[in-house]
Amino acid sequence: MYEFDYHRAASVADAVAELGRVSDSKVLAGGMTLLPTCKMRLAHPSELVDLGAIAALKGIEITDAHVTIGAMTRHADVANSAALKAALPALCVLAGGIGDAQVRNRGTMGGSVANNDPAADYPAACLGLGATIVTDRREVAADDYFQGLFATALEDDEIITAIRFPRPACAAYVKFKNPASRYATVGVLVARFNDGVRVAVTGAGSDGVFRASDIEQALSADFSPAAASAITVSPDGIASDMHGSAEYRAHLIPILAARAVGACR
Amino acid sequence: MKNVTLTINGQKVTADVESRTLLVKFLREHLRLTGTHVGCDTTQCGACTILFNGDAVKSCTMLVVQADGGEITTIEGVAQGETLHPLQEAFHVHHGLQCGFCTPGMVMRGLDLLAKNPKPTEDEIRHEMEGNLCRCTGYHNIVAAIQAASGQTPVGH
Ligand SMILES: Cc1cc2nc3c(=O)[nH]c(=O)nc-3n(C[C@H](O)[C@H](O)[C@H](O)COP(=O)(O)OP(=O)(O)OC[C@H]3O[C@@H](n4cnc5c(N)ncnc54)[C@H](O)[C@@H]3O)c2cc1C
Ligand code: FES
Ligand code: FES
Repeated sequence: MYEFDYHRAASVADAVAELGRVSDSKVLAGGMTLLPTCKMRLAHPSELVDLGAIAALKGIEITDAHVTIGAMTRHADVANSAALKAALPALCVLAGGIGDAQVRNRGTMGGSVANNDPAADYPAACLGLGATIVTDRREVAADDYFQGLFATALEDDEIITAIRFPRPACAAYVKFKNPASRYATVGVLVARFNDGVRVAVTGAGSDGVFRASDIEQALSADFSPAAASAITVSPDGIASDMHGSAEYRAHLIPILAARAVGACR
Repeated sequence: MKNVTLTINGQKVTADVESRTLLVKFLREHLRLTGTHVGCDTTQCGACTILFNGDAVKSCTMLVVQADGGEITTIEGVAQGETLHPLQEAFHVHHGLQCGFCTPGMVMRGLDLLAKNPKPTEDEIRHEMEGNLCRCTGYHNIVAAIQAASGQTPVGH
């Protein structure tokens, strides 16, 4: 790793001020993406501004209409929260399938959503549930937030403080995982709301996470596994790599959507 | 340089470190606690697993400055003098190791797993141990050792 300085932020305001003061500084959350990137010298920030000590960024708040999760809440905390298992179990299943136990003990929801890896799991939850990304200065709808591979609506010195999820009638996330990294080769989140169904796909889009509108329409008319698996997804705009061709991934999308419908709780 | 204070295996340690110093490097090269291994250095293998404030984490992917003020347990802190911890004993009895390179990480991860889930099923053990790789591929006996340490009869025994 190249040398860098380190600042343990006392508050969100302190972190934002530090990011403004030091050029090329970067937020450090769980470090499960950023530190490996620094070790490979693919990133060389001048300073890391650590959010780890800001208690206000951790925790899960549940109301009748929403689930709000602090940006520094770790994957393990989401996976194991008894209250969340009752309110929005799809999120617990998703978080419990991220990486491995040690990664879940450090990695955070905010870090994953800020990073927007095209094969990451949380972007599918945000887009599929129609979440709101809450930052130190504004709120951004998930539909406007994800802007391509590793690209988001965030400004350089902007900090995600929480993610607010509307509570669906039911939802499920099903992932066809890469057995080595456990990132999604394809992952599909299906969420049923009183006014319609949302379906988000990660791991497959050559532009990152996206909504599968054909499947959404089919499921809004008939919420059944058969309705989802009857849809054919075109391989245009689907990513192709050593783990799977575009045709293969496109083929998986309706299959996983059908499984998610069956698993909806 | 940053001044840090950590509690490592029950002992207070104070040191000046560079911000970029990895926890595993500090443990191995500054403190000579070489039981914590480096198998990959890329967050894949789990050989470097330690307990940080009670949670299993990969010490190759954590900075010492992030751990400042925290409590760390390494494999050196697990046995009581000459008496092995029951999980270490179970690895011994059930041949949970061959070359032994992955073993410190397996034991530290296993301790965290059993602390949070005292009677895990075989599937739960396999899922929860996914972050630890064994190049000798002795997974079956590693699972058996963890089952035995939890007071359950290992499958296939
Ligand atoms: C072995 C391994 C397997 C993995 N498998 C999976 C998987 O199966 N699925 C999956 O989805 N992910 C996986 N990951 C990634 C993991 O989920 C990371 O935890 C996550 O991508 C980043 O979160 P973090 O808290 O570690 O963030 P960091 O690494 O600390 O930061 C990541 C980026 O986000 C920025 N950032 C962090 N927090 C904020 C914030 N609050 N506001 C603004 N910017 C911020 C940082 O500046 C940095 O650019 C894996 C990682 C590893 C090492
Ligand atoms: S050395 Fe840390 S995970 Fe392999
Ligand atoms: S016993 Fe040799 S690597 Fe696991």
